[in-house]
Amino acid sequence: MPRVRVEVDGATYEDDVEPRLLLVHYLRERLGKVGTPVGCDTSNCGACTVLLDGMSVKSCSVLTVQADGCDVTTIEGLGSPGGQSPPATGRSVPAGSHPLQRAFHEEHALQCGYCTPGMIMASLDLLRENPDPSEEEVRAGLEGNLCRCTGYQNIVRAVRRAAREMRELAERVVTP
Amino acid sequence: MIPATFDYTRPASVDDAVRALSDAGEDAKLLAGGQSLMPLLRLRLAFPDALIDLGRVDALREIRDEGDTLLVGAMATHHQVIRDPLVRAHLPLLARAAETVADPAVRHRGTFGGSLVHADPAGDLPAVALALDAVFLVRSVRGEREIRASEFFVDWMTSAMEPDELLVGVRMPKLGSGWGVHYEKFHRTAQAWAIVGVACAVRRDGDVVEDARVALTNMGPVPVRAGGVENAVRGRPVSEGTFRSAAEHATEGTEPPSDLHGSAEYRSHLATVLTARALTACTA
Repeated sequence: MPRVRVEVDGATYEDDVEPRLLLVHYLRERLGKVGTPVGCDTSNCGACTVLLDGMSVKSCSVLTVQADGCDVTTIEGLGSPGGQSPPATGRSVPAGSHPLQRAFHEEHALQCGYCTPGMIMASLDLLRENPDPSEEEVRAGLEGNLCRCTGYQNIVRAVRRAAREMRELAERVVTP
Repeated sequence: MIPATFDYTRPASVDDAVRALSDAGEDAKLLAGGQSLMPLLRLRLAFPDALIDLGRVDALREIRDEGDTLLVGAMATHHQVIRDPLVRAHLPLLARAAETVADPAVRHRGTFGGSLVHADPAGDLPAVALALDAVFLVRSVRGEREIRASEFFVDWMTSAMEPDELLVGVRMPKLGSGWGVHYEKFHRTAQAWAIVGVACAVRRDGDVVEDARVALTNMGPVPVRAGGVENAVRGRPVSEGTFRSAAEHATEGTEPPSDLHGSAEYRSHLATVLTARALTACTA
Protein backbone atom coordinates (compact mmCIF):
# COMPACT_ATOMS: atom_id res chain seq x y z
CA MET A 1 0.00 0.00 0.00
CA PRO A 2 1.36 3.43 -0.89
CA ARG A 3 2.34 5.69 1.98
CA VAL A 4 1.19 9.31 1.88
CA ARG A 5 2.21 12.35 3.83
CA VAL A 6 -0.31 15.18 3.91
CA GLU A 7 -0.66 18.35 5.87
CA VAL A 8 -4.30 18.80 6.89
CA ASP A 9 -5.47 21.93 8.70
CA GLY A 10 -1.96 22.57 10.00
CA ALA A 11 -1.13 19.04 11.23
CA THR A 12 0.98 16.49 9.39
CA TYR A 13 -0.30 12.96 8.86
CA GLU A 14 1.45 9.90 7.43
CA ASP A 15 -0.64 6.92 6.48
CA ASP A 16 -0.67 3.81 4.34
CA VAL A 17 -3.66 4.07 2.04
CA GLU A 18 -5.30 1.99 -0.65
CA PRO A 19 -4.83 3.72 -4.01
CA ARG A 20 -8.59 3.81 -4.50
CA LEU A 21 -9.24 5.71 -1.25
CA LEU A 22 -10.88 9.03 -2.10
CA LEU A 23 -9.58 12.11 -0.36
CA VAL A 24 -12.99 12.85 1.16
CA HIS A 25 -13.12 9.36 2.70
CA TYR A 26 -9.59 9.73 4.03
CA LEU A 27 -10.47 13.04 5.67
CA ARG A 28 -13.66 11.74 7.23
CA GLU A 29 -12.90 8.14 8.09
CA ARG A 30 -9.17 8.18 8.86
CA LEU A 31 -8.72 11.67 10.24
CA GLY A 32 -12.20 12.13 11.68
CA LYS A 33 -12.65 15.42 9.86
CA VAL A 34 -16.36 14.96 9.33
CA GLY A 35 -16.86 18.68 8.73
CA THR A 36 -16.43 17.82 5.04
CA PRO A 37 -19.55 15.95 3.91
CA VAL A 38 -20.04 13.59 0.98
CA GLY A 39 -22.80 15.05 -1.15
CA CYS A 40 -23.74 13.79 -4.58
CA ASP A 41 -20.81 11.43 -5.15
CA THR A 42 -20.81 12.46 -8.82
CA SER A 43 -18.70 15.68 -8.69
CA ASN A 44 -21.75 17.86 -9.17
CA CYS A 45 -22.71 19.36 -5.85
CA GLY A 46 -19.45 20.70 -4.40
CA ALA A 47 -20.40 19.85 -0.78
CA CYS A 48 -17.03 18.10 -0.32
CA THR A 49 -14.96 21.09 -1.53
CA VAL A 50 -11.63 21.57 0.26
CA LEU A 51 -8.51 23.53 -0.62
CA LEU A 52 -5.64 21.50 -2.03
CA ASP A 53 -2.44 23.55 -2.01
CA GLY A 54 -4.66 26.61 -1.69
CA MET A 55 -7.03 25.86 -4.58
CA SER A 56 -10.56 24.54 -4.33
CA VAL A 57 -11.13 20.92 -5.35
CA LYS A 58 -13.98 18.48 -4.97
CA SER A 59 -12.46 15.96 -2.60
CA CYS A 60 -14.67 13.17 -3.97
CA SER A 61 -12.80 13.52 -7.29
CA VAL A 62 -9.28 13.31 -5.87
CA LEU A 63 -7.51 10.16 -4.74
CA THR A 64 -5.67 10.40 -1.44
CA VAL A 65 -2.49 9.29 -3.21
CA GLN A 66 -2.82 12.32 -5.50
CA ALA A 67 -2.73 14.57 -2.43
CA ASP A 68 0.56 13.03 -1.25
CA GLY A 69 2.92 15.84 -0.25
CA CYS A 70 0.16 18.44 -0.46
CA ASP A 71 -1.46 20.85 1.92
CA VAL A 72 -5.17 20.37 2.57
CA THR A 73 -7.48 22.88 4.25
CA THR A 74 -10.95 21.79 5.30
CA ILE A 75 -13.74 23.78 6.89
CA GLU A 76 -12.34 22.59 10.23
CA GLY A 77 -9.14 24.50 9.56
CA LEU A 78 -10.80 27.90 9.25
CA GLY A 79 -10.80 30.61 11.86
CA SER A 80 -8.92 30.37 15.13
CA PRO A 81 -11.09 28.51 17.63
CA GLY A 82 -10.99 30.24 20.98
CA GLY A 83 -9.36 33.24 19.34
CA GLN A 84 -10.67 36.74 19.19
CA SER A 85 -13.12 38.04 16.66
CA PRO A 86 -15.45 41.01 16.61
CA PRO A 87 -18.56 40.19 18.66
CA ALA A 88 -21.26 38.92 16.35
CA THR A 89 -24.84 40.04 16.63
CA GLY A 90 -25.93 36.43 16.42
CA ARG A 91 -25.75 34.46 19.61
CA SER A 92 -24.30 31.13 18.57
CA VAL A 93 -21.23 31.97 16.50
CA PRO A 94 -18.16 30.67 18.32
CA ALA A 95 -15.43 33.20 19.06
CA GLY A 96 -12.62 33.06 16.53
CA SER A 97 -14.87 32.03 13.66
CA HIS A 98 -13.73 32.94 10.17
CA PRO A 99 -15.45 36.00 8.65
CA LEU A 100 -17.12 33.69 6.12
CA GLN A 101 -18.48 31.46 8.87
CA ARG A 102 -19.82 34.50 10.71
CA ALA A 103 -21.32 36.05 7.59
CA PHE A 104 -23.10 32.80 6.63
CA HIS A 105 -24.62 32.77 10.10
CA GLU A 106 -25.58 36.43 10.18
CA GLU A 107 -27.08 36.48 6.69
CA HIS A 108 -28.95 33.24 7.24
CA ALA A 109 -27.10 31.70 4.28
CA LEU A 110 -28.03 28.15 5.20
CA GLN A 111 -31.03 26.12 6.11
CA CYS A 112 -30.13 22.44 6.29
CA GLY A 113 -26.42 23.30 6.20
CA TYR A 114 -25.29 20.32 4.15
CA CYS A 115 -23.77 22.43 1.37
CA THR A 116 -22.29 25.02 3.75
CA PRO A 117 -18.76 23.61 4.25
CA GLY A 118 -18.32 23.39 0.48
CA MET A 119 -19.90 26.80 -0.08
CA ILE A 120 -17.52 28.38 2.41
CA MET A 121 -14.42 26.66 1.01
CA ALA A 122 -15.38 27.62 -2.55
CA SER A 123 -16.03 31.19 -1.37
CA LEU A 124 -12.62 31.31 0.27
CA ASP A 125 -11.05 30.30 -3.04
CA LEU A 126 -13.10 32.92 -4.87
CA LEU A 127 -12.09 35.70 -2.46
CA ARG A 128 -8.44 34.74 -2.76
CA GLU A 129 -8.61 35.55 -6.47
CA ASN A 130 -11.12 38.37 -6.23
CA PRO A 131 -11.38 40.15 -2.86
CA ASP A 132 -14.27 42.34 -3.99
CA PRO A 133 -16.59 40.26 -6.18
CA SER A 134 -19.82 41.62 -7.63
CA GLU A 135 -23.01 39.66 -7.14
CA GLU A 136 -22.54 38.15 -10.61
CA GLU A 137 -18.96 37.18 -9.84
CA VAL A 138 -20.01 35.46 -6.62
CA ARG A 139 -22.62 33.48 -8.52
CA ALA A 140 -20.06 32.48 -11.17
CA GLY A 141 -17.48 31.61 -8.52
CA LEU A 142 -19.93 29.32 -6.73
CA GLU A 143 -21.37 27.70 -9.85
CA GLY A 144 -19.93 24.35 -8.82
CA ASN A 145 -21.75 24.32 -5.48
CA LEU A 146 -25.40 23.41 -5.20
CA CYS A 147 -27.77 24.47 -2.44
CA ARG A 148 -31.26 22.99 -2.46
CA CYS A 149 -32.67 25.15 0.36
CA THR A 150 -31.80 28.80 0.18
CA GLY A 151 -32.22 29.91 -3.42
CA TYR A 152 -28.67 31.32 -3.13
CA GLN A 153 -29.75 34.90 -2.35
CA ASN A 154 -28.48 34.88 1.20
CA ILE A 155 -25.37 32.94 0.26
CA VAL A 156 -24.38 35.65 -2.23
CA ARG A 157 -25.12 38.30 0.39
CA ALA A 158 -23.01 36.47 2.98
CA VAL A 159 -20.02 36.11 0.66
CA ARG A 160 -20.07 39.82 -0.15
CA ARG A 161 -20.41 40.70 3.52
CA ALA A 162 -17.47 38.47 4.43
CA ALA A 163 -15.47 39.97 1.55
CA ARG A 164 -16.07 43.43 2.95
CA GLU A 165 -14.99 42.37 6.41
CA MET A 166 -11.91 40.54 5.12
CA ARG A 167 -10.84 43.62 3.14
CA GLU A 168 -11.25 45.78 6.22
CA LEU A 169 -9.25 43.32 8.31
CA ALA A 170 -6.50 43.27 5.67
CA GLU A 171 -6.36 47.07 5.63
CA ARG A 172 -6.12 47.15 9.40
CA VAL A 173 -3.15 44.80 9.25
CA VAL A 174 -1.38 46.94 6.67
CA THR A 175 -2.07 50.25 8.42
CA PRO A 176 -2.34 49.56 12.14
CA MET B 1 -19.50 4.60 -4.47
CA ILE B 2 -15.95 3.43 -3.90
CA PRO B 3 -13.87 2.65 -6.99
CA ALA B 4 -12.87 -0.95 -7.70
CA THR B 5 -9.29 -1.84 -6.82
CA PHE B 6 -6.48 -1.03 -9.22
CA ASP B 7 -2.71 -0.96 -9.28
CA TYR B 8 -1.32 2.53 -8.99
CA THR B 9 1.89 3.96 -10.40
CA ARG B 10 3.11 7.53 -10.41
CA PRO B 11 5.87 8.00 -12.97
CA ALA B 12 8.02 11.14 -12.87
CA SER B 13 8.83 11.42 -16.58
CA VAL B 14 7.17 10.94 -19.95
CA ASP B 15 9.50 8.03 -20.73
CA ASP B 16 8.56 6.26 -17.51
CA ALA B 17 4.88 6.95 -18.15
CA VAL B 18 4.80 5.41 -21.63
CA ARG B 19 6.81 2.43 -20.40
CA ALA B 20 4.36 1.92 -17.53
CA LEU B 21 1.46 2.22 -19.95
CA SER B 22 2.98 -0.33 -22.30
CA ASP B 23 3.79 -2.76 -19.46
CA ALA B 24 0.31 -2.49 -17.95
CA GLY B 25 -1.48 -3.64 -21.11
CA GLU B 26 -4.84 -2.67 -22.52
CA ASP B 27 -6.72 -2.45 -19.23
CA ALA B 28 -4.66 0.46 -17.93
CA LYS B 29 -5.82 4.06 -17.81
CA LEU B 30 -3.82 7.25 -17.60
CA LEU B 31 -4.97 9.56 -14.82
CA ALA B 32 -4.64 13.24 -15.71
CA GLY B 33 -6.80 15.69 -13.73
CA GLY B 34 -9.33 12.97 -13.00
CA GLN B 35 -12.39 15.17 -13.39
CA SER B 36 -13.98 12.81 -15.91
CA LEU B 37 -12.23 9.59 -14.92
CA MET B 38 -12.85 9.74 -11.16
CA PRO B 39 -16.65 9.89 -11.49
CA LEU B 40 -16.46 6.97 -13.94
CA LEU B 41 -14.37 4.98 -11.46
CA ARG B 42 -16.70 5.82 -8.60
CA LEU B 43 -19.78 4.79 -10.55
CA ARG B 44 -17.83 1.70 -11.66
CA LEU B 45 -18.54 2.52 -15.26
CA ALA B 46 -14.77 2.14 -15.63
CA PHE B 47 -12.70 -0.40 -13.72
CA PRO B 48 -9.17 -0.43 -15.10
CA ASP B 49 -6.59 -2.89 -13.73
CA ALA B 50 -4.04 -0.13 -13.42
CA LEU B 51 -3.98 3.64 -13.09
CA ILE B 52 -0.92 5.56 -14.19
CA ASP B 53 -1.01 8.94 -12.48
CA LEU B 54 0.57 11.69 -14.60
CA GLY B 55 0.28 14.24 -11.78
CA ARG B 56 4.02 14.37 -11.15
CA VAL B 57 5.20 14.54 -14.76
CA ASP B 58 5.92 18.25 -14.62
CA ALA B 59 7.16 18.42 -18.21
CA LEU B 60 3.60 17.76 -19.40
CA ARG B 61 2.32 20.98 -17.82
CA GLU B 62 4.49 23.32 -19.85
CA ILE B 63 3.04 25.89 -22.27
CA ARG B 64 5.76 26.81 -24.75
CA ASP B 65 6.21 29.46 -27.42
CA GLU B 66 7.55 27.81 -30.57
CA GLY B 67 7.57 30.88 -32.80
CA ASP B 68 4.58 30.51 -35.13
CA THR B 69 2.92 27.96 -32.85
CA LEU B 70 2.19 27.37 -29.18
CA LEU B 71 2.67 23.97 -27.61
CA VAL B 72 0.25 23.42 -24.75
CA GLY B 73 1.26 20.50 -22.52
CA ALA B 74 -1.40 17.84 -22.10
CA MET B 75 -1.41 18.26 -18.30
CA ALA B 76 -1.87 22.04 -18.32
CA THR B 77 -4.97 22.61 -16.22
CA HIS B 78 -7.90 24.69 -17.46
CA HIS B 79 -7.09 27.13 -14.67
CA GLN B 80 -3.53 27.41 -15.97
CA VAL B 81 -4.59 27.76 -19.61
CA ILE B 82 -7.09 30.53 -18.82
CA ARG B 83 -4.41 32.62 -17.09
CA ASP B 84 -1.43 31.83 -19.28
CA PRO B 85 -0.14 35.02 -20.94
CA LEU B 86 0.96 33.15 -24.10
CA VAL B 87 -2.46 31.53 -24.52
CA ARG B 88 -4.23 34.81 -23.86
CA ALA B 89 -2.06 36.64 -26.37
CA HIS B 90 -1.97 34.09 -29.18
CA LEU B 91 -4.88 31.67 -28.69
CA PRO B 92 -7.53 33.76 -26.93
CA LEU B 93 -10.28 31.45 -28.21
CA LEU B 94 -8.81 28.64 -26.13
CA ALA B 95 -8.73 30.82 -23.00
CA ARG B 96 -12.31 31.98 -23.60
CA ALA B 97 -13.65 28.46 -24.04
CA ALA B 98 -11.68 27.04 -21.11
CA GLU B 99 -13.32 29.64 -18.86
CA THR B 100 -16.68 28.00 -19.57
CA VAL B 101 -15.62 24.45 -18.66
CA ALA B 102 -17.54 23.14 -15.62
CA ASP B 103 -16.76 25.15 -12.47
CA PRO B 104 -13.70 26.60 -10.70
CA ALA B 105 -12.91 23.50 -8.61
CA VAL B 106 -13.04 21.28 -11.70
CA ARG B 107 -10.92 23.77 -13.67
CA HIS B 108 -8.24 23.62 -10.97
CA ARG B 109 -7.79 19.87 -11.56
CA GLY B 110 -9.08 19.18 -15.07
CA THR B 111 -6.55 19.30 -17.90
CA PHE B 112 -6.57 20.43 -21.50
CA GLY B 113 -5.18 17.11 -22.73
CA GLY B 114 -7.48 15.06 -20.56
CA SER B 115 -10.59 16.71 -21.92
CA LEU B 116 -9.40 16.22 -25.52
CA VAL B 117 -8.50 12.56 -25.10
CA HIS B 118 -11.79 11.95 -23.28
CA ALA B 119 -13.39 13.08 -26.58
CA ASP B 120 -16.78 13.76 -25.07
CA PRO B 121 -18.88 15.30 -27.87
CA ALA B 122 -20.34 17.69 -25.27
CA GLY B 123 -16.86 18.76 -24.12
CA ASP B 124 -15.98 22.34 -25.07
CA LEU B 125 -12.33 22.01 -26.02
CA PRO B 126 -12.43 19.46 -28.86
CA ALA B 127 -14.29 21.99 -31.05
CA VAL B 128 -11.74 24.64 -30.11
CA ALA B 129 -8.85 22.36 -31.07
CA LEU B 130 -10.57 21.66 -34.38
CA ALA B 131 -11.19 25.35 -35.09
CA LEU B 132 -7.56 26.17 -34.28
CA ASP B 133 -6.14 23.44 -36.59
CA ALA B 134 -4.44 21.78 -33.65
CA VAL B 135 -1.90 18.97 -34.05
CA PHE B 136 -1.79 16.32 -31.32
CA LEU B 137 1.63 15.00 -30.30
CA VAL B 138 1.39 11.46 -28.99
CA ARG B 139 4.05 9.12 -27.74
CA SER B 140 4.39 5.44 -26.93
CA VAL B 141 7.29 3.03 -26.48
CA ARG B 142 7.00 2.53 -30.25
CA GLY B 143 7.83 6.17 -30.92
CA GLU B 144 6.18 9.51 -31.56
CA ARG B 145 3.58 10.61 -34.05
CA GLU B 146 1.39 13.59 -34.83
CA ILE B 147 -2.35 13.49 -35.39
CA ARG B 148 -4.27 16.39 -36.90
CA ALA B 149 -7.39 17.54 -35.05
CA SER B 150 -9.51 16.71 -38.08
CA GLU B 151 -8.41 13.07 -37.71
CA PHE B 152 -8.14 12.87 -33.93
CA PHE B 153 -11.82 12.58 -32.99
CA VAL B 154 -13.08 9.40 -34.62
CA ASP B 155 -16.32 8.60 -32.79
CA TRP B 156 -18.31 9.13 -29.59
CA MET B 157 -15.71 9.35 -26.81
CA THR B 158 -13.13 7.74 -29.06
CA SER B 159 -9.91 9.28 -30.29
CA ALA B 160 -7.43 8.05 -32.85
CA MET B 161 -4.92 7.22 -30.12
CA GLU B 162 -3.89 3.63 -29.51
CA PRO B 163 -4.21 2.15 -26.00
CA ASP B 164 -0.45 2.39 -25.41
CA GLU B 165 -0.19 6.02 -26.51
CA LEU B 166 0.11 9.10 -24.32
CA LEU B 167 -0.84 12.61 -25.41
CA VAL B 168 2.20 14.76 -24.73
CA GLY B 169 0.88 18.10 -25.92
CA VAL B 170 -1.07 19.99 -28.53
CA ARG B 171 0.51 22.32 -31.07
CA MET B 172 -1.62 25.17 -32.38
CA PRO B 173 -0.72 27.91 -34.86
CA LYS B 174 -0.90 31.38 -33.31
CA LEU B 175 -3.90 33.28 -34.56
CA GLY B 176 -1.99 36.46 -35.40
CA SER B 177 -3.45 39.94 -35.42
CA GLY B 178 -6.91 41.11 -36.39
CA TRP B 179 -8.86 38.15 -35.07
CA GLY B 180 -11.90 38.42 -32.85
CA VAL B 181 -12.84 35.26 -30.95
CA HIS B 182 -15.83 33.91 -29.11
CA TYR B 183 -17.12 30.66 -27.62
CA GLU B 184 -20.91 30.63 -27.55
CA LYS B 185 -22.18 27.93 -25.22
CA PHE B 186 -25.79 27.11 -24.54
CA HIS B 187 -26.62 25.20 -21.40
CA ARG B 188 -29.61 25.31 -19.12
CA THR B 189 -27.89 25.25 -15.73
CA ALA B 190 -24.56 26.49 -14.40
CA GLN B 191 -21.66 24.02 -14.80
CA ALA B 192 -23.71 21.82 -17.16
CA TRP B 193 -22.34 20.51 -20.42
CA ALA B 194 -23.07 22.38 -23.63
CA ILE B 195 -26.30 21.40 -25.33
CA VAL B 196 -24.65 23.07 -28.32
CA GLY B 197 -21.50 25.18 -28.43
CA VAL B 198 -19.86 27.25 -31.16
CA ALA B 199 -16.13 27.95 -31.22
CA CYS B 200 -15.57 30.91 -33.50
CA ALA B 201 -12.78 33.20 -34.69
CA VAL B 202 -13.19 35.93 -37.30
CA ARG B 203 -10.52 38.09 -38.87
CA ARG B 204 -11.78 41.32 -40.33
CA ASP B 205 -10.13 43.74 -42.68
CA GLY B 206 -12.04 46.97 -42.20
CA ASP B 207 -15.66 46.20 -42.94
CA VAL B 208 -14.96 42.92 -44.70
CA VAL B 209 -14.57 39.43 -43.25
CA GLU B 210 -11.14 38.24 -44.31
CA ASP B 211 -11.18 34.79 -42.70
CA ALA B 212 -13.19 32.73 -40.23
CA ARG B 213 -12.93 29.53 -38.23
CA VAL B 214 -16.06 27.89 -36.90
CA ALA B 215 -16.46 24.54 -35.12
CA LEU B 216 -19.43 23.06 -33.28
CA THR B 217 -19.71 21.23 -29.96
CA ASN B 218 -22.26 18.45 -29.44
CA MET B 219 -23.70 18.48 -32.96
CA GLY B 220 -22.65 14.87 -33.57
CA PRO B 221 -20.50 12.12 -32.09
CA VAL B 222 -17.41 14.24 -32.86
CA PRO B 223 -16.85 17.99 -33.09
CA VAL B 224 -17.78 19.42 -36.49
CA ARG B 225 -15.87 22.04 -38.48
CA ALA B 226 -18.49 24.30 -40.04
CA GLY B 227 -16.72 24.82 -43.37
CA GLY B 228 -19.94 25.95 -45.04
CA VAL B 229 -20.25 28.84 -42.61
CA GLU B 230 -16.59 29.77 -43.04
CA ASN B 231 -16.91 29.89 -46.82
CA ALA B 232 -20.13 31.87 -46.63
CA VAL B 233 -18.59 34.72 -44.62
CA ARG B 234 -15.19 35.03 -46.31
CA GLY B 235 -14.96 38.21 -48.34
CA ARG B 236 -18.41 39.36 -47.28
CA PRO B 237 -19.23 42.61 -45.49
CA VAL B 238 -19.35 42.54 -41.69
CA SER B 239 -23.09 42.74 -41.14
CA GLU B 240 -25.92 41.00 -39.37
CA GLY B 241 -27.28 39.91 -42.73
CA THR B 242 -24.00 38.21 -43.67
CA PHE B 243 -23.82 36.35 -40.38
CA ARG B 244 -27.46 35.29 -40.37
CA SER B 245 -27.38 33.85 -43.85
CA ALA B 246 -23.97 32.23 -43.29
CA ALA B 247 -25.24 30.63 -40.08
CA GLU B 248 -27.84 28.77 -42.13
CA HIS B 249 -24.94 26.53 -43.22
CA ALA B 250 -24.13 25.57 -39.61
CA THR B 251 -26.02 22.28 -39.71
CA GLU B 252 -24.24 20.96 -42.82
CA GLY B 253 -22.51 17.69 -42.09
CA THR B 254 -23.84 17.44 -38.54
CA GLU B 255 -25.55 14.49 -36.87
CA PRO B 256 -27.01 16.07 -33.73
CA PRO B 257 -28.12 13.65 -31.01
CA SER B 258 -31.57 13.61 -29.45
CA ASP B 259 -31.45 13.23 -25.69
CA LEU B 260 -33.12 14.56 -22.56
CA HIS B 261 -31.46 17.95 -23.10
CA GLY B 262 -32.99 18.47 -26.52
CA SER B 263 -34.08 16.90 -29.78
CA ALA B 264 -31.94 16.84 -32.90
CA GLU B 265 -34.25 19.45 -34.46
CA TYR B 266 -33.85 21.73 -31.46
CA ARG B 267 -30.08 21.35 -31.60
CA SER B 268 -30.05 22.20 -35.29
CA HIS B 269 -32.04 25.34 -34.57
CA LEU B 270 -29.66 26.22 -31.74
CA ALA B 271 -26.60 25.68 -33.93
CA THR B 272 -27.92 28.22 -36.44
CA VAL B 273 -28.84 30.83 -33.84
CA LEU B 274 -25.67 30.39 -31.79
CA THR B 275 -23.42 30.52 -34.86
CA ALA B 276 -24.92 33.88 -35.88
CA ARG B 277 -24.42 35.14 -32.33
CA ALA B 278 -20.84 33.89 -32.21
CA LEU B 279 -19.94 35.50 -35.55
CA THR B 280 -21.46 38.77 -34.36
CA ALA B 281 -19.61 38.63 -31.05
CA CYS B 282 -16.30 38.07 -32.86
CA THR B 283 -16.72 41.29 -34.81
CA ALA B 284 -18.28 43.45 -32.09
